[in-house]
Amino acid sequence: GPLSTRRLMDVRLGELPLWLATRDLSPQGLLGGVQKAWSRYCDKYINVRRGGAAGISMLLAGYCILSYSWNYQHIKCYRWRKYH
Amino acid sequence: LHAARPLHTSQQRLAPLPPLPEKGGEVRHGLIPEEFFQFLYPKTGVTGPYVLGTGLLLYFLSKEIYVINHETVAAACILSVIIYGVKKYGADVAAFADKLNEEKVAKASEVKNEAIKALETAIEEEKKEQWRVEGRSYLFDAKRNNIAMLLEANYRERLLTVYNEVKKRLDYQVALQNLKRQKELDHMVQWVEKNVVQSITPQQQKESIAKCILDLKALSKSAQVA
Repeated sequence: GPLSTRRLMDVRLGELPLWLATRDLSPQGLLGGVQKAWSRYCDKYINVRRGGAAGISMLLAGYCILSYSWNYQHIKCYRWRKYH
Repeated sequence: LHAARPLHTSQQRLAPLPPLPEKGGEVRHGLIPEEFFQFLYPKTGVTGPYVLGTGLLLYFLSKEIYVINHETVAAACILSVIIYGVKKYGADVAAFADKLNEEKVAKASEVKNEAIKALETAIEEEKKEQWRVEGRSYLFDAKRNNIAMLLEANYRERLLTVYNEVKKRLDYQVALQNLKRQKELDHMVQWVEKNVVQSITPQQQKESIAKCILDLKALSKSAQVA
């Protein structure tokens, strides 16, 4: 279909800037996008009859990675070698 | 409220809710969704994502983008404990949670079933009442017959009363006439007797007595002879 209605995974790499231009990038739009993404994640992995550990383990892994990246400047001081 | 605008035209509305999906999205090793492996499969086959993962890991370690320090050891210990716990007790916890869910659903569906049953019995009763209504005409016929009989009986009673009353009055008149005639008769007889007795003069009395004596003598003579 037309570019504005396609989802992110269906957009080709070359069309990415164009696709980004069609999205609603105002604060409300971004907030709406975040809410939709969160509700889609919940409906897929958490609000099921027989969920497993995967639902929250992915969230915890994401949190670990995010907090590592926030503290990277501090962790960089504990490297083992100076030159890589 | 005009029924001009259409109601309930869209398909999916709030009730009844669509049921929850049975299982969540597939996730491999608890961390990476299956869609990633399917995404890389056409280009790199089965081992592609694993090679990518190993390569990335070695890159992060060699460039020390991921630094090995005390936290790595702590993370390794914690992760091993968690994984051991999940592998050993995962199934039991899942069964327990499933049981809780089952109970909730059973209670709700019980309420629903009870409501349905109550409504069905109500429907049955209603149908029975409707059937009973058909017998209305018979009921009214019987009632009408009863009333007619009552009226008839009452009418006859009154007729009998009238008859008795009239008979009593007529009897009275008849008795009155009889009494009057009897009285007249008695009076006349008395009067005749009185006059007759009065008319018997002494002369006639003497003659009749003498005659009687003569007759008696004749009779006694005939009796003596016989």
